[in-house]
Amino acid sequence: MTIALQAAPLAAAPNPWIAAGMISAVILTSTTGEVLTAAAMKSLGDLDLIRARSGLKGAIRAVVTCPLFFAGVFFLALAFFSLLLALNHLNLSLVGPAAASVPLVTNAIAGKIFLKENVDRRRWAAAVLVCIGVYLLAH
Amino acid sequence: MSHHSLSPRQYLILAIVSISAPLGDGCLSRGMTAMPSISLAHPGALIAAVFTPWIALGIALLIGFFASYLTALSWADLTFVRPATALGNVILALIARFWLHETISLERWAGIVLITLGVSFVAQGPSLTQHPPSADDRTPCEAQAATEVEP
Repeated sequence: MTIALQAAPLAAAPNPWIAAGMISAVILTSTTGEVLTAAAMKSLGDLDLIRARSGLKGAIRAVVTCPLFFAGVFFLALAFFSLLLALNHLNLSLVGPAAASVPLVTNAIAGKIFLKENVDRRRWAAAVLVCIGVYLLAH
Repeated sequence: MSHHSLSPRQYLILAIVSISAPLGDGCLSRGMTAMPSISLAHPGALIAAVFTPWIALGIALLIGFFASYLTALSWADLTFVRPATALGNVILALIARFWLHETISLERWAGIVLITLGVSFVAQGPSLTQHPPSADDRTPCEAQAATEVEP
């Protein structure tokens, strides 16, 4: 998820290693959050089906009683605050495109390893093309 | 990977995921730029900002995004949902070009073409990886969800 924020206009150029570390932290926490959230939803099964049988309350109860979901939300919140920290020190033109595009590829890697998703050549191609496309749009 | 096609309702949910996140961000951006500068020393101004029309609309759209994103992840792979819903960025860029008459650079047109290509790649394939079912492997969440489905 992206956010509508503006970076400090006169962000001084930090040490490249620190900049890389901040951006890596955003990407790592965001990927972890998305994978945990996806694992939680996958473990619940089709939410539309649960809602059809047990109503909206039943679907909400199924989600909020899943510990994996909260672990995912925790890491997504961590990603949000890492993004704020990065935007506070780095230029938006650097952080924005990286935070929007790179997780598409890291999600594909993590999805294959941790969620055992079948990431075939078509999905790899899609992840890389969309990653470059989002980078170009956000830059 | 076995083939798993989506219903029109599921396509609608993917469309909501695609559109609501960039629209929500846009509403927040518009609402916040219209506000006077907010200092952390006066957090009350930030709370008041939540009730302004653009920001309230942005928050409502982002809540809708999260709910539909979670729903999509319950019946489709993460590696399907993320690239497929990137089309929202393209739609917003096209709205900016043809409705708001903003100029789109060559670089951004290239981005639009690449995203569209990527989405068309992923959309041709199955949405879900089917794993062989095993009742013994059920996690506590699966067991809980099963009780919701089978009262």
